Amino acid sequence: MRIELVKRKEHSQAMLLLSPLIAVALTALAAGIIFLISGHNPLIALYKFFIEPLTQQWSLEATIDKATPLILIGCGLAVCYLSNNWNIGAEGQFIFGALFGSALPILYPDFENVATLPLMLVFGALGGALWALIPAVLKTRFNTNEILTSLMLVYVASLLLDYLVRGPWRDPGGYNFPESRIFSDAATLPDVFGGLMSLSTPITIIIAIVLALVLAKTLKGFEIRVMGESPRAGSFAGFSAKRLTLFSFALAGALAGLAGTMEVSGGLNQLLPTISPGYGFTAIIVAFLGRLNPFGIIVAGFVLALSYIGGEAVQSAMGVSNKIASVIQGLLLFFVLACDTFILYRIRMVSRRVTAGETSHV
Amino acid sequence: MFEAVLLTVITAATPLLIAAIGELVVERSGVLNLGVEGMMIMGAVVGFAVANQTGSGALGVVAAIAAGMAMSALFGFLVLALVTNQVATGLALTILGIGFSGLIGEAFIGVPGLKLPELYIPGLSEIPFFGPVLFQQDAIVYLGFALVALVAYGLFRTRLGLVLRAVGDNHGSAHALGYSVIRIRFAAILFGGACAGLAGAYLSLAYTPQWVENMSAGRGWIALALVVFASWLPLRVVIGAYLFGAVTVLNLHAQAFEFDLSSPFLSGLPGFVTGAIEIATTSQFLSSLPYLATILVLVLISANRRLTLVNTPACLGKPFVPDR
Amino acid sequence: MKSLLKTTVAAIAFAAAGSAAQAADVKACFVYVGPVGDFGWSYQHDQGRQAVEEHFGDKVETAYLESVPEGPDAERAIERFAREGCNIIFTTSFGYMNPTIKVAKKFPDVKFEHATGYKTADNVATYNSKFHEGRYIIGQIAAKQSKSGVAGYIASFPIPEVVSGINSFLLGAQSVNPDFKLKVVWVNTWFDPGKEADAAKALIDQGADIITQHTDSTAPLQVAQERGVHGFGQASDMINFAKDAQYTAIIDDWAPYYIHRVEAVLDGSWKSESTWDGLAEGHVVMAPYTNLPDDVVEMAKATEEKIKGGWEPFTGPITKQDGTVAAEDGVTLDDGAILGMNWYVQGVDDKLPQ
Repeated sequence: MRIELVKRKEHSQAMLLLSPLIAVALTALAAGIIFLISGHNPLIALYKFFIEPLTQQWSLEATIDKATPLILIGCGLAVCYLSNNWNIGAEGQFIFGALFGSALPILYPDFENVATLPLMLVFGALGGALWALIPAVLKTRFNTNEILTSLMLVYVASLLLDYLVRGPWRDPGGYNFPESRIFSDAATLPDVFGGLMSLSTPITIIIAIVLALVLAKTLKGFEIRVMGESPRAGSFAGFSAKRLTLFSFALAGALAGLAGTMEVSGGLNQLLPTISPGYGFTAIIVAFLGRLNPFGIIVAGFVLALSYIGGEAVQSAMGVSNKIASVIQGLLLFFVLACDTFILYRIRMVSRRVTAGETSHV
Repeated sequence: MFEAVLLTVITAATPLLIAAIGELVVERSGVLNLGVEGMMIMGAVVGFAVANQTGSGALGVVAAIAAGMAMSALFGFLVLALVTNQVATGLALTILGIGFSGLIGEAFIGVPGLKLPELYIPGLSEIPFFGPVLFQQDAIVYLGFALVALVAYGLFRTRLGLVLRAVGDNHGSAHALGYSVIRIRFAAILFGGACAGLAGAYLSLAYTPQWVENMSAGRGWIALALVVFASWLPLRVVIGAYLFGAVTVLNLHAQAFEFDLSSPFLSGLPGFVTGAIEIATTSQFLSSLPYLATILVLVLISANRRLTLVNTPACLGKPFVPDR
Repeated sequence: MKSLLKTTVAAIAFAAAGSAAQAADVKACFVYVGPVGDFGWSYQHDQGRQAVEEHFGDKVETAYLESVPEGPDAERAIERFAREGCNIIFTTSFGYMNPTIKVAKKFPDVKFEHATGYKTADNVATYNSKFHEGRYIIGQIAAKQSKSGVAGYIASFPIPEVVSGINSFLLGAQSVNPDFKLKVVWVNTWFDPGKEADAAKALIDQGADIITQHTDSTAPLQVAQERGVHGFGQASDMINFAKDAQYTAIIDDWAPYYIHRVEAVLDGSWKSESTWDGLAEGHVVMAPYTNLPDDVVEMAKATEEKIKGGWEPFTGPITKQDGTVAAEDGVTLDDGAILGMNWYVQGVDDKLPQ
């Protein structure tokens, strides 16, 4: 007896819906066992982890706020991945975009009017796009592997941020501490609802919806999907792989840069040596969990944010180590990835047979 | 002086070298495992824990290798049997590894570790200069060199290596020829896990003999970069690891050996030159050099089409499901 | 199973009822920047938290969040505590300063305590320790014990606290040997054992036979032990890692302060203050002097007593690196000058990164 995967003729609609539910159930089971072993009441811990954050307005807002940059970056990355462009440097694009977007309020603090904020957002998107275009141009011009160049540029961007915040952009009134000046009100993204979320959330949702429409209904969306699935067919249709590489990187970079600027302007109000707890990397996972579909990404971003907020909740309420939260997060990802397999494949049991391939030895 | 610097470079480069050589084999088989950091940190904590409990450094090293392999087996099962996305699975492996290692390590915080002894190779270790540098190291350093030699020989001089490269370059044809793509890839992934675990053991048992959370501090990611920097060639991994180690260490040495901008020799230079020197000597710029160098090397090798096509595993990151 | 469910339902109902149902009189909460397992900065703060639990027993409940990155997560973590019924919240990293102030505005009834910052409010106090007092003592020991006359200093980031530590160390050393030299290496991290070890090796290779550090791991001391030179523990007593190499350690002991402040919340006397205490108040503690000849131990203890008696290491004459006078003979620098220090004293073999 052996088990093998057989590709389904079309996606299983049932699994499409069931897969995330099964994954969450398996995670909850595994998490319950871990809580039990570490000496906590598993049911209370699971409640605190997965449910309680959804029952209070502030924690719900905190979850949405945490999900926002993940969703925005994830949407851009989805376009890259759909078209076979392996941009894993969104973290760097997030940081560089934030730097670009913050240049205005830091270098010209007196420039305070209605144009300040829109200009910052435009600069932020521009900065992220420029940073993302480096690996894209290297790929199209020199055929350089974009996975590694985009990853390397993450480190360069974060060192650049470090340099600026500790050096030229340091707050003149800040006793040498590594932080920029605090942004004026004109440069601060307004809060919405209870104050834990900023305008970045509605902006992100609008962008995600627009992107979903573009992908589903327009020629550009068709081009992206065709070039991802079959570059040869795409080139017969007259699409240029190189142009698409530049486009998808620029778009992903712009969205990451925009996310960075909105995070700095709406949340931190200043630049610090670290402005991202790994958003750009987490967003890669979000993009895949969301199956590279903007609506899926909204859900995935929310679930992942929930795992952070829930992790904090069990930590503060029950003294559960934050390492357990990170283990649960890892397991959740594994289960989701594994369950998604069954959307595309089904399992077939076959009796052991000796095939020619397995015995020959050339 | 030079000898002392070189000794430091060797210790800084060894964990990078070992993890990178393992990942190189994985990538040659056509699989991209971004979870090196997670496997490495698991090797570090398990190696430390076992060495601490048994009092045997050797057992610690073996356990670290096993831990790395266990992590990689999980990755292998997901990406090979369940055909999950390799990038996302690798990232998830790192998250899991960092959390899990922290849990295991909670009992070992603030506990002094045991350091692997240096092995003096009789006779050779007394040679001036080369002796101390090459023949007075701990076992893992030698093992690292042995691994490079083994991989270099194995990949290009044996049938197994040929098959492995064939699987990485064109899994369809390799499958058609009757090779089990999945098994060969799984074996390669296990080898990569073993190497990452060994690199972790080097951190917690030789480099800085102790356990602290996140002690790998991003070295797994650097190892990933080194593989591409080396354009998937084992001997270039050595060069890359040593360059990387040297840049880090020389940065520290350069600071200790203070370079004075106000010296009369430099004061005559125009402002923008001293300004440029000042920026170029900031620690952030020096720290970013290895990454910039990697990008530059990548561009140089990939601009040369013939070279790239020869060495880049064409199926890197592409899933394989046998059609029957 | 049924009873487990029952208790769970009860517990959830209890939790939902919120902070009104709290058993303890005061809830004290802590936000840490690193893992409690760093055996350095965050570890010592957590030791302080545990001391609070032990001291007050059932009267005080504590909670903590570890590895909270400075950045967007910090504000949320602090706000969570404010909403979960914490009466006093200690935020233990410089980067939490603005988030602390921000959250404090929203929750005027909650007391906030921010470590190492400079911004206060009606419900935000700041606290820090005079680590530089300990550094003066180890500087003296270094100058007595060093054969090469050169010490190596592994520094994290050029913020005032680190710079004043370097200066104080050198002033201490110069009080014993005016020609003493100090090499400084900036590693740009608070915590990376490998890099700290490499820095220690680099310094030893360039002639330093005493290593000291303003980073958190035990790695530099382990290198010192291995290379047969000496050093000092940082934040916690690291003697277990370097039996023969550690002369003493500058221990951060936050317990007295935390107990004192929680007490103040309990009896209603809490006020916003800026606390900056050192050896005298027991916030900075010198680990036992080991591996040292008797006369050096005598000297170190005498200096320790002198500082406890109110003497400030930053007392003139102090000359800056550029030759200008920082303090005339007998003049003591004021707190502001020490807390905002951005210059080296004469004799530091380094250029301060600006």
